Amino acid sequence: MELLWILVKILIVFGVVMLHVAYATYFERKVIGHMQVRMGPMRVGPHGLLQPIADGIKLFFKEDVIPTPADKQVFYAAPLICLISAVSSLAVIPFFEGFAIANINIGLLYIFALSSLASYGVVLSGWSSNSKYAFLGGLRSSAQVISYEIAMGLSLVGVMMMAGSLNLTDIVHAQMSSSFKIYLIPQFLGFFVFVVAMLAETNRTPFDLPEAETELVAGYFTEYSGMRFALFFLAEYIGMIIMSCIGVICFLGGWSGPFHVPGLPFFWFVIKVYLFIFFYYWVRATLPRYRYDQLMALGWKVLIPLALFNIVLTGTIKSISG
Amino acid sequence: MGLLEIATLIQDRYPDQVIEVVTCREQAGVILHKEKILEICRWLHDDPVLQFNHLADLCGVDYLHKKDVRFEVVYNLYSIPTKRRIRLRAQVPEDDCWIDSVTPVWIGANWHERECYDLFGIKFKGHPDMRRILLPEDWEGHPLRKDYPLDGGRRNWRGYDEVKEKARRLREYDFYGMYEDPTKKIGLKDVSK
Amino acid sequence: MSANKPDLKLIKNDTPGGENEAYTVAMGPQHPATHGVLKLDLELDGETVIKCRPTVGFLHRGVEKLAENMSYAQVLPLTDRLDYIASMANNVAYSIAVETLLGIETPLRAKYIRTMVMEMARLTGHLLWLATHALDIGAMTVFLYCFRERENLLDMFEELCGARLTTTYTCIGGVRQDVTGHFLETLYAFTEEFPSRVKEYETLIDQNRIWLKRTKGIGVITAEQAVSLGLTGPSLRGSGVDYDVRKHMPYDAYPFVEFEVPIGSEGDVYDRYRCRMEEFLQSNSIIRQCIEQLPAGPVRAEDAPDLVMEYNPAKKVAADATFSSGIIKLMEDRDRYMQGDVYVAAEVPKGELGFYFVSDGHGRPYRMHIRSPSYIHIGALPYLCEGYMVADVIANIGSLDVVLGECDR
Repeated sequence: MELLWILVKILIVFGVVMLHVAYATYFERKVIGHMQVRMGPMRVGPHGLLQPIADGIKLFFKEDVIPTPADKQVFYAAPLICLISAVSSLAVIPFFEGFAIANINIGLLYIFALSSLASYGVVLSGWSSNSKYAFLGGLRSSAQVISYEIAMGLSLVGVMMMAGSLNLTDIVHAQMSSSFKIYLIPQFLGFFVFVVAMLAETNRTPFDLPEAETELVAGYFTEYSGMRFALFFLAEYIGMIIMSCIGVICFLGGWSGPFHVPGLPFFWFVIKVYLFIFFYYWVRATLPRYRYDQLMALGWKVLIPLALFNIVLTGTIKSISG
Repeated sequence: MGLLEIATLIQDRYPDQVIEVVTCREQAGVILHKEKILEICRWLHDDPVLQFNHLADLCGVDYLHKKDVRFEVVYNLYSIPTKRRIRLRAQVPEDDCWIDSVTPVWIGANWHERECYDLFGIKFKGHPDMRRILLPEDWEGHPLRKDYPLDGGRRNWRGYDEVKEKARRLREYDFYGMYEDPTKKIGLKDVSK
Repeated sequence: MSANKPDLKLIKNDTPGGENEAYTVAMGPQHPATHGVLKLDLELDGETVIKCRPTVGFLHRGVEKLAENMSYAQVLPLTDRLDYIASMANNVAYSIAVETLLGIETPLRAKYIRTMVMEMARLTGHLLWLATHALDIGAMTVFLYCFRERENLLDMFEELCGARLTTTYTCIGGVRQDVTGHFLETLYAFTEEFPSRVKEYETLIDQNRIWLKRTKGIGVITAEQAVSLGLTGPSLRGSGVDYDVRKHMPYDAYPFVEFEVPIGSEGDVYDRYRCRMEEFLQSNSIIRQCIEQLPAGPVRAEDAPDLVMEYNPAKKVAADATFSSGIIKLMEDRDRYMQGDVYVAAEVPKGELGFYFVSDGHGRPYRMHIRSPSYIHIGALPYLCEGYMVADVIANIGSLDVVLGECDR
């Protein structure tokens, strides 16, 4: 019975997230469209509402081209690694009180582990395509993910210290009982580092170097087409949702809100996640792209020292006050 | 400074090199022998009074059947500090078709000279990278010469046979028989009815 | 920012197969950021460019050879296809060159109109440059903002001559038709609006830290080098050299209008960018002055040659009175079929566009050579890119503002 309930939960989460991913693309195109004085999709359905579905169908039926010199097995496996590691992270996210597929004690660590795994997918896809642009994209991505993984991990250490747990549900509970209700205020340094590292971790502007269109054509997925390309695309958007979820859980108080909305326990969670996602799009419409070495310099010379300083600060305050 | 002053200066300094000084629409040109062109250019560039530091244009001209010496390489020089202009025209005979490169004086002459070589076949001695530039590397002939055939002869274009052979091979995928009958429609309704 | 350029001597470049063999990337001709069909063979050490070798000619159409078998007026539409971003400027440059060769004096009104449309073309050219340059560096929104204003200008071109890109508006000895009052009103309203729009672009990128990091100290070229390489236009002025054909050899109505030529100092991508941003405002002011000072009168010289400029000047055909405005008016024998050669340059958005004509006394150019700024600029690309990173190659291409249609001719 337990197992059946878990299966049902998996199905629910997977279905809902997939729908959200589809409409996150629509949301992105509309938001950026209006920021750029244009309409965004308008043709498929009223106000282009059916556009994501049309895109999905198109990608699904497109020819799957595999370059002759590619390393076939790795080429097949790479998008799957990306997607699976992204989707598996959803398992530990508590969307509302008591709803997480697996409420494990090392939730945060688990998510870090899986997001590191996703970079294997990127590196392998770049390498197996046997294409120069894809290879450069893969290299950039591996360097980027390794250095920003550290900054991100360190930025969340403060949260762990304050909550005293790695379990995501416990972190939310700890926030609800803390004096500020959210960790954003005491952990603003950590939050800043987290937001920057989050953009880098998901390869979004201004850190979209691995797929920098004007430099590397499409980066690591240059040679992918059709459904395999769609898998990368899905993984990227699920990655964005997961990073937003972590941000919400660790800094914005998870599902708690100023007042209770009856019947919709996930109301505040979804609102906050969409705030994060809107932030992603806003940044994308505003900022230019960093150069590879500048991005590394920012990561190692600014973000990691800041995060370390935040840890020291948090520890000092905690030991004095408590 | 008068129209012909710089031309006169060149004539005074290199009397054996200057063939003729011509003017046209307020512009002065000096027709030269090709032998000392690099030296003259270097002098014009380095001289503190003249300072012809901007090579505005370099190109070839083909005077087939119009002049005794077939080619001319034309240097349009401009001096940004003194706002003066002079045109050098070095004659290059067809049977001795080379001239010294001026890339040591102006780096920017590099591509001009490559273009001139590409389209006229005039070789530039001392040029660092004398290859074709606008046309493919295996192109035959130099198209801006006046005797270059305008209709390209009656031959098929290069690569025609390869494309034809490929079309023949791809005929096995011609599921609808369109190759045999190009008017045949595939799966489309006839709109005219 | 001085540490941006690594020392190339430290990088070992082994023979093929060696441990430190360079990684070669063929960037283009189908690459989203090479502005057309430019191909760059890059040799990389990691992400640092050791060697950059541009290949051009993919768009070579033989304009110079074609022109040798056409009358002077027939060549005019070909100039649209050079720098198709700002074809109006090419039209003007070509017309001026032919007028100088044939000794035609253009009426004053036509001169003002041509100056006006040339500056409009400069705006369209620079708008597209800013759009693509920003997009190359990753700022996507500027692209669409710029296209909004460019669209307005193109609409005005359409009103003026019926075409948006390939205008063929000018003709030898003037312009094809007079401007309408409505056109002038629209244009004047546009010039009142435009400076605020330039501010809008600047708020997005001008003080942006990432933009500054990506452009300052990148692709540095000294004044001496820039002149030696033959750079012209804003790319040269970014290095601090005061050379503008509009000031040095004024043509059309430029002697009658007031404007400044913005000069940079560092010679990096940022200074070239600043020069062009300043030129937006200067061009805008020139257009306003032209509208305010626009004199009345004919827009076409009486003795202007028309489409058919006969190869054999002895032939005479009387002009049809109903067509007198000039579609078919055959040329009479005149002394303008002189033998000789001229080089005339004009300042187009990219730089100095020069035409060198050799006339043998017939109605066709015996030899026409186009000195296109993009061609020279691409030739200078290796000097800007080597030693910088792959991402800077893109920024450099953008900052030189090249159009391959003009480069390959």
